[in-house]
Amino acid sequence: MESMLSKTHGLVSRGLQEIRGSLVMIDNVENVGYDELVTIRAPDGAERMGRVLEVGRGKAVIQIFGGEMGMQTDSIVSFTGSAFKIPLSDEILGRIFNGIFEPIDGSPPIVSSEQEDINGNPINPRARIYPNNFIQTGVSAIDGMLSLVRGQKLPIFSESGLPHNRLIAQISRQASVLGEKEEFALVFSAMGLRHDEAQYFIDEFRRSGALERSVIILNLADDPAIERLFTPRIALTAAEYIAFKLGMHVLVILSDMTNYAEVLRELSAAREEVPSRKGYPGYLYSDLASIYERAGIIEGLPGSLTQMPILTMPGGDIQHPIPDLSGYITEGQIFLDREMYMKGVYPPINVLPSLSRLMRKGIGKGKTREDHGDVADQLYGAYSRGRQARDLSRIVGEIGLSEDEKLYLKFAERFETQFISQGEYENRTIERTLDIAWELLSILPEKALTRIREEYIAKYYPKTGVKQR
Amino acid sequence: MVESRTGEVRWISGSVVVGSGIRDIEMGEIVEVGKDRLVGEVIRVGAEEFTAQLYENTTGVKPGEEIIGVGKRLVAELGVGLLGNILDGVGRALDRIKLQTGPFIARGVRVNTLPREKKWHFKPLMKKGEDAGPGDIVGTVQEMPVLVHKVMVPPNLSGRITQISEGDFTVEEPVATLERDGKKGYVRLMQEWPIRIPRPFAPGGRLPLDEPLVTGQRVIDTFFPIPKGGTASIPGGFGTGKTVMLHQLAKWCAAQVIVYVGCGERGNEMCEVLTDFPELMDPRTKRPLMERTILIANTSNMPVAAREASIYLGVTMGEYYRDQGYDVAMMADSTSRWAEALREISGRLEEMPAEGGYPAYLPDRVAEFYERAGRVRALGSPERQGSVTIIGAVSPPGGDFNEPVTIHTLRFTGVFWALDRDLAYSRHFPAIHWLKSYSLYVDRLLTSWAQSYSQYADRIAEYWKGRLETDFSQLRGKALKILGESAEIESIARIMGERALPDDQRLILLESELIKEAFLRQFAYHEVDAFCEMEKQVAMLQLLLEFYDKASHLVQRGVPIERIKSIPQIPKLERAKEDRSGIQGLQRLSEEIENELAKIRQEYNLV
Repeated sequence: MESMLSKTHGLVSRGLQEIRGSLVMIDNVENVGYDELVTIRAPDGAERMGRVLEVGRGKAVIQIFGGEMGMQTDSIVSFTGSAFKIPLSDEILGRIFNGIFEPIDGSPPIVSSEQEDINGNPINPRARIYPNNFIQTGVSAIDGMLSLVRGQKLPIFSESGLPHNRLIAQISRQASVLGEKEEFALVFSAMGLRHDEAQYFIDEFRRSGALERSVIILNLADDPAIERLFTPRIALTAAEYIAFKLGMHVLVILSDMTNYAEVLRELSAAREEVPSRKGYPGYLYSDLASIYERAGIIEGLPGSLTQMPILTMPGGDIQHPIPDLSGYITEGQIFLDREMYMKGVYPPINVLPSLSRLMRKGIGKGKTREDHGDVADQLYGAYSRGRQARDLSRIVGEIGLSEDEKLYLKFAERFETQFISQGEYENRTIERTLDIAWELLSILPEKALTRIREEYIAKYYPKTGVKQR
Repeated sequence: MVESRTGEVRWISGSVVVGSGIRDIEMGEIVEVGKDRLVGEVIRVGAEEFTAQLYENTTGVKPGEEIIGVGKRLVAELGVGLLGNILDGVGRALDRIKLQTGPFIARGVRVNTLPREKKWHFKPLMKKGEDAGPGDIVGTVQEMPVLVHKVMVPPNLSGRITQISEGDFTVEEPVATLERDGKKGYVRLMQEWPIRIPRPFAPGGRLPLDEPLVTGQRVIDTFFPIPKGGTASIPGGFGTGKTVMLHQLAKWCAAQVIVYVGCGERGNEMCEVLTDFPELMDPRTKRPLMERTILIANTSNMPVAAREASIYLGVTMGEYYRDQGYDVAMMADSTSRWAEALREISGRLEEMPAEGGYPAYLPDRVAEFYERAGRVRALGSPERQGSVTIIGAVSPPGGDFNEPVTIHTLRFTGVFWALDRDLAYSRHFPAIHWLKSYSLYVDRLLTSWAQSYSQYADRIAEYWKGRLETDFSQLRGKALKILGESAEIESIARIMGERALPDDQRLILLESELIKEAFLRQFAYHEVDAFCEMEKQVAMLQLLLEFYDKASHLVQRGVPIERIKSIPQIPKLERAKEDRSGIQGLQRLSEEIENELAKIRQEYNLV
């Protein structure tokens, strides 16, 4: 906090007009800028950070971070003269910070002349490079059917009680770009996570040796909620630095975006704004976009920034505003399914509502394998028919199914147990994933594979087959 | 209002700034704020104060800073050099922003739409001494290899030509001088037009919408066609393929100019268009698609107010090429983001919200926007016709069409392509649902389809002659009927199982499956299937229905459905769309099917 004060341009004011939740009204101030960072020292001795939300002649509305308990109107407000900036250098790697970028690992604060505004600037679409480098995660469901590429933003839509943390830890352990040795740098931003969850990630990173190429930013469940609005932006500013200045490939994990959006709602309610769906502010979409869009590859700059946000869908509802608006911004989604998890499938990825929008250009000949696209397409078709057959069999019994339907049902069962299911420490190559796929497709007759080009059927369809009728 | 006047900032909240001290400020006037000269537009005027929405991030702006009214409205620069360009929501060329500020867009950048230094070769069509009025074409510039840019007299200018000559000009240099009552006016290769006002066309010049805009997408052209100058909406939840559909239309529809507005969408998607379009060839002109395209990219993380403007900027550019006599198609992805921008600004103005927090004037704005589509006789001479077709994606929250933006859009658009989440989940693309979608233009278009249909029939060659159904509307109607019936049968099959159904119903299921797989499903990225000519669409549908008629005849006479399902041509039918050999391939397939069915007839002694 000392460093914060040192940035003060000297404008100090005493006395608040009103404290309303996390909002503070202040009078008799001049020369204050919109979105400027402030520090507030209350008579209890505690210092809090704040941000100018609205400003007019002689008055300002300030949103404070760090909890409003103990605040009095007799407080001292110092204006820093600029928006929230963080110091950046290669020293940030291997470090753990709290939600407003103060070190909490016992090491000294970062000192650097390079300071970046945490809000960043939008990437010029003209300066982007379309992402097309396949990332092998070693997870069949993702690699085979929802391929992740470098520079993508692909969230995990989960629910409380599902193993999204284990899955994301597995991905961060295994993710690699085919043919490249270079490992990902990890930026982990926790927003409202429980202590044990955060500890799980730190332990995982430490065990896999990833900690020294990680930046961990923790705003835990009992930390001041309002700081959560800064946490992901700090993480992304750090990630942009590591990617585009230091030239590394960065994977950013943002968990949990639902907690973030809830704080945004809290703030909006405190400001008495007109709410949109479920009390969330009308600008939730734009606000989420200002986070998610900070991913990609930039022409002429080294490195890349890949995002995997996690969000828990309240009540498992994909139509809830948070997953819904996220889905409109991100480049697909990985959908975890409670029903599958109950059946013992790990990772419980339901591929049907899942999607990777950038898959098409990241796969195929010279990238993964020529048949990849067609096979994925066929798996989707066959699995969807298998699920329909399963629904039907629940009503009419398996006996009432036609021969075709029985085959598809069998396919769906084995698809879930052999293709989707895999060990938490099992790292499958893309070839292995596709081979399993062909094995399963051979349950179906060749002529049913209408989504696969004939030349690939001739080449890859198992000749002996595993047709155990 | 021509002079600039200075006032001061009084209040800032997000993108909304309140200023004072300019007495004669106008609604819609452009203002510049603070030392960075951030650009905004006046949206409310009071006795003492006025409110502006800024097109840039307002961080750091302070009360007391300067606010300048520039005496001009938000205008589009219209002229030679728009094609092949990518612009932001207020018309700044992103190429040149990149040169100025690097890969990230910084604030306060000033960049024009059209480059000022480039010279274009102008060829006059009118002579000195002739009278020229609004919209008259004074000459041409070869803007792109296949597109001649018609240089028009701006709508507010007329007079006798005192000077005009062939030569190389920049967009700012006058190519012709007009004089009237001793006052001079200039025609340049560029004119300006306020984006919120529709450009004028000839009085009473709206033309009936009866010419189809061929898109090469089977489900659209055959079932839910759109005319040149029509309006269409594509609502769908995320992941249902709105953007891919719009990209498909931008790639293959038979317009001469495409305006593609990415309004509050993903940066990588705009990048995809920029990567793909220069490489893809227009099937009609064999030139790169980028040469006919104007891109307007205001991605979701760019300022909200500019998102609101981007839609109007796009349609104004569309109207400008329409006035030259071209068919323009504009895609807006997505109009929901535009409506949300309206909502956000309305919220900051503390207006009383209506449904879903949207302002009560939302339907008016939606209507005004879509009404700028149309096929018209352009202003001025020589006489020419042009059209602007507007296709708007809608992103309903939760994929639920019962929400304000979708509802109002449906009221003011003529075609509804309903994207369906279940179809998307099973990867049936385009996920346009055949039972929920409609085209209000279909009756009118059928007449003109009937004419072109006979041409297609001729082109489809001898083989199909005399075999074709009497007209296209019958063929279409029959296919829709089968799809509708099969939906009912499916709901029964879901309870009883398919095997419990009689064979004639199972044949309907088979046929609808074939229509879905072989006809409705279309591969956006397949080298052959991405674009399907009208001839092939007609022949494919004919072939599918011919098969149904014959099979139906057999089933009625006791041939089991399983026998019919077993013929090896069924998977071939499903793949016919990918076949390079086109109509000939379909002919061969038709013959093979006939042979196979003949075998069945023999087996069951039905000859």
